[in-house]
Amino acid sequence: MTTATPTRTAPVRNVSRTGSPDESPRAAAWMLAPFVILYVLFIIGPAIYGLLLSLFDTSLVRGGLGSFAGLGNYQEALASNDFWSSLWHTLWFTILTTPPLIVLAFVFALLADRVGRARWFFRLAFFAPFVIPSAVVALIWIWLYTPGLGLIEAGLGWFGITAPNWLGDPAWAMPSLAITTIWWTLGFNFVLYLAGLQDIPHELYEAASVDGAGPWQQIRSITIPLLGRTTTLVAVLQVIASLKVFDQMYIMTAGGPNFATRSILQYVYDEGFTNFRVGYASAVSTLFFVVILVVSVIWFAIVRKQEKVA
Amino acid sequence: MRNEPIRPVGRRAFLRGAAGLAGLGAAGALSGCGSGSTLAGLSVSHRQEGSLDYWNLFGGGDGVRMVDMEDGFRKSFPNVGLNAVTLAWGNPYYTKLSLATLGQKPPDVAVAHLTRMKTLVAAGLVEELDPAELETAGMSADKFSSRPWQAGLVDGKIYALPLDTHPFVMFYNKDVCKKAGLLDGDTLAPMDSPEAFTEALSKAKKATGAVGGCIAVTNETATPWRFFQSAYSQLGGKVLADEGKRVVFDDDKALEVLAMMQSLSKKQLVPGSLDYEGSIATFANGDAGFLFQGEWEIATFQTAKMPFSMTTFPNIYGGADGYAVQADSHTLIIPKQPDNDPARRRSALEFIKSMLDQSKTWAEGGHVPAWQPFADSDAYRSMTPQSNYAAAADAAVYDPEGWYSGSGSNFEIVVGSSIGAVVAGQLEPKAALRQMHTKLGVLARTAQPT
Repeated sequence: MTTATPTRTAPVRNVSRTGSPDESPRAAAWMLAPFVILYVLFIIGPAIYGLLLSLFDTSLVRGGLGSFAGLGNYQEALASNDFWSSLWHTLWFTILTTPPLIVLAFVFALLADRVGRARWFFRLAFFAPFVIPSAVVALIWIWLYTPGLGLIEAGLGWFGITAPNWLGDPAWAMPSLAITTIWWTLGFNFVLYLAGLQDIPHELYEAASVDGAGPWQQIRSITIPLLGRTTTLVAVLQVIASLKVFDQMYIMTAGGPNFATRSILQYVYDEGFTNFRVGYASAVSTLFFVVILVVSVIWFAIVRKQEKVA
Repeated sequence: MRNEPIRPVGRRAFLRGAAGLAGLGAAGALSGCGSGSTLAGLSVSHRQEGSLDYWNLFGGGDGVRMVDMEDGFRKSFPNVGLNAVTLAWGNPYYTKLSLATLGQKPPDVAVAHLTRMKTLVAAGLVEELDPAELETAGMSADKFSSRPWQAGLVDGKIYALPLDTHPFVMFYNKDVCKKAGLLDGDTLAPMDSPEAFTEALSKAKKATGAVGGCIAVTNETATPWRFFQSAYSQLGGKVLADEGKRVVFDDDKALEVLAMMQSLSKKQLVPGSLDYEGSIATFANGDAGFLFQGEWEIATFQTAKMPFSMTTFPNIYGGADGYAVQADSHTLIIPKQPDNDPARRRSALEFIKSMLDQSKTWAEGGHVPAWQPFADSDAYRSMTPQSNYAAAADAAVYDPEGWYSGSGSNFEIVVGSSIGAVVAGQLEPKAALRQMHTKLGVLARTAQPT
């Protein structure tokens, strides 16, 4: 039985390599053009412009670039307590959300994949929150968290537990936002894992059970290793998505209480749009870009290494 | 950080709003601007002959009344195609207004808060108004309440015409206050000292069995700031000087007010955990005797059909002649126009005059009218509870001048966060004051970007 397994996966891999290399490169260029043009126009262009702005004292309410500031904006940001604390809030949020969003998505995908009846219902149930817009999610959860009236407080009350002031207590506000975010965005990772699970050939499990492996051993020795690539993808996407947090905090806590949940992007927003200091806000954005780049590269390297080991 | 906060629109309000929008669209089509009001306001070719672009930031009940007033203008000036655009209030509004004006596509008339209008003036984005021209248009200085008029001048020059004053006020539940022995006929017991104020709240708490009064502090920075600023100004305190370049807290006075505010939540007369919606709901449910909030919430409680009334924010520290209360004003401005077309300008002034002439509609939403012909009339005096707090307009204290100050500004976020944390019991008054000094100091030292 075991010898039969490789034959099924092999042809699937080959399908993607059928395109011959000597086809006209011009055709490829044409195919890529729509994407490249939009990418240059809306991503590369503004990024370079932002880099340029960060070297000037540009104001939102004055035309032109304003006076040249050199690295002054960067110095100001690096010396600012508000910059460092909001950067930490973003990292803290990433730390709170990334592990549960990977582990829970995996667990739920596994369960939904194994369920026999009404499989579509479970898939929909986990994915549904993801399609709700952030503002709606925020409003639902504000009501759930509301002290005195909220459903969560009432629910905990039945068990004799006194609920904290979820969004009003500086210590609880960030975990509360993390819980909301996990509920909201779990579905995306869930779907990626579900797709990954369906790519694992059933013969492997059959062979393993013939060899006497229990369900837990099968998960550990077959499912998790074969989902390695999916996990890499999910992890990298998740870290970047969490670092980019803005909406939930802006709507649910407005960065409060007392700035306890102001993310770095809100700091950029506050400085750029409320204080009109576009030059300074661009410098902060650039610094944040560097942070995302460094975190992503390190994270990617770690996960890839583990994948090779496994 | 909000003034009229973003919140879920009730179904009825939504339907009314939708009907209003449909009306707008129809009016646009009738006057030959088939592209619909919103699109016309945002499109490049909006400079049509005989059209007028107007931007405002009014949602909720204010939005519905503003649509009524726009319709009033359309009736009086059927030849002018009015394109009214409503944008979300707060920073996005001022950002859009600034960028549209910089990009040479400004509206002909726009609403701006008095405290934010000054930043726009400093950036050179607002047309100066000539007294002679205003006289001709029937809007001379003497026709406006003096406090908002004076507060709106920049170096003695006119840039904005005030529509109203919107002060921080005190809502009270008549049944609760009667039960608590605080109401003698229609007169509320005086709260003219910190002791009397605290006592009134504790009597109200006994009467409701829940809380005495409500101050929104969670996810809300404007309300704590308005409460603090009202009491602190009654003591004669100032926060900023030299157009925001110096932070000039009177530490003793600030600490006194902060300690008073914290004592309210420590004694559990005021919950330290309410957000804006929660404070409204608690008061509407009859679980509180008092609510401290802007007068614009009047419509909420009228709709709830509850036994409430409104009066000026109590004179806790001011004594006989030191009454003060935090407020701002909605003003109408003409953003800097790329083409100095006298006909457009005349039309813009006619529109502003028409808005002022409809001050009665506007005052129903709670705002104190600035237009003297109406503010001085019996029609306004007989309007209750709106006229109960008309005096607040004369005692209005506007947010201190500074490029980072004004309604919905970073200034309000910084001070409101610290003050809110004091009420919530998360910061001691001294630590909060230190934090305000530090954070405002950073802003005060930053070169003005306008």
